[in-house]
Amino acid sequence: MSVTNVEKDPKALTMTITADLDATVERAWQLWSDPRQFERWWGPPGYPATVVDHDLRTGGRVTFFMTGPEGERHDSTWEVIAADPPRHLELRDADVDDDGRPNDGNSMTAMVITIKEGDGGGTAMAIRTHFDSLAGMEQVLAAGVEEGMRMVLSQMDAVLAAA
Amino acid sequence: MVVVQVTDTDVDRIFHALADSTRRDIVALAVEGSYSVSALAKRYPMSFAAVQKHVAVLETAGLVTKERRGREQLVRTDVDAVHRARVLLDGIEKLWRARVDRIDDILATPKRTTGGKR
Repeated sequence: MSVTNVEKDPKALTMTITADLDATVERAWQLWSDPRQFERWWGPPGYPATVVDHDLRTGGRVTFFMTGPEGERHDSTWEVIAADPPRHLELRDADVDDDGRPNDGNSMTAMVITIKEGDGGGTAMAIRTHFDSLAGMEQVLAAGVEEGMRMVLSQMDAVLAAA
Repeated sequence: MVVVQVTDTDVDRIFHALADSTRRDIVALAVEGSYSVSALAKRYPMSFAAVQKHVAVLETAGLVTKERRGREQLVRTDVDAVHRARVLLDGIEKLWRARVDRIDDILATPKRTTGGKR
């Protein structure tokens, strides 16, 4: 089971990824609603996410941070635009200034998550991400890149230390 | 309009290009206007040659273009925003595919008590 469809719109700056999960709709919802489970899949290995506040109700907020291998911390705050368990969730980057612009140095991103029964018996989870700018996308990527590069570097260190 | 196919290699080049903070800074700067390589070199504690290398990596990844004007080389972030967006979305797809892999692993693990353990 895995990714079944990816739609990317470079003009609208959106991406929708759909995955077929070997789970019930309720179980798939827990990936978001249970902070301990969310922590296990959001950040890459060696870059764990820690949830601080987790109020996954409409109007609620989710705050979490990821810790890098050198102890650096990246904070995120999401506003819960809509939560309709176990099928529909809308999140928005909430850390904005008075003009509604992101003030945490990140892009303004919005995510719409739809969970429903899949055709083949499992569950189809679709995540639609909208970015507000190319620079924002670069920042999201850069964070992912840093994580990946650091892992490679630390693996190399381990190999060198063992030699 | 030419349809540009983005390959895995393109995505890897983007990842590599953005893995360095100086290069990310150059990309962000050059969105607002053109910078000559020597103007960029004054901003960073490194040699002209080092900055030139960073610019070359960005150019290969298709993130910036270089244009010669007189004795100067002007750097600007690739003007074809749609192409850039397409490449960036490919990178973001990669991040999400890795997340889905981790989700699959979680779902494949027999359910255990959650909540108590951090």
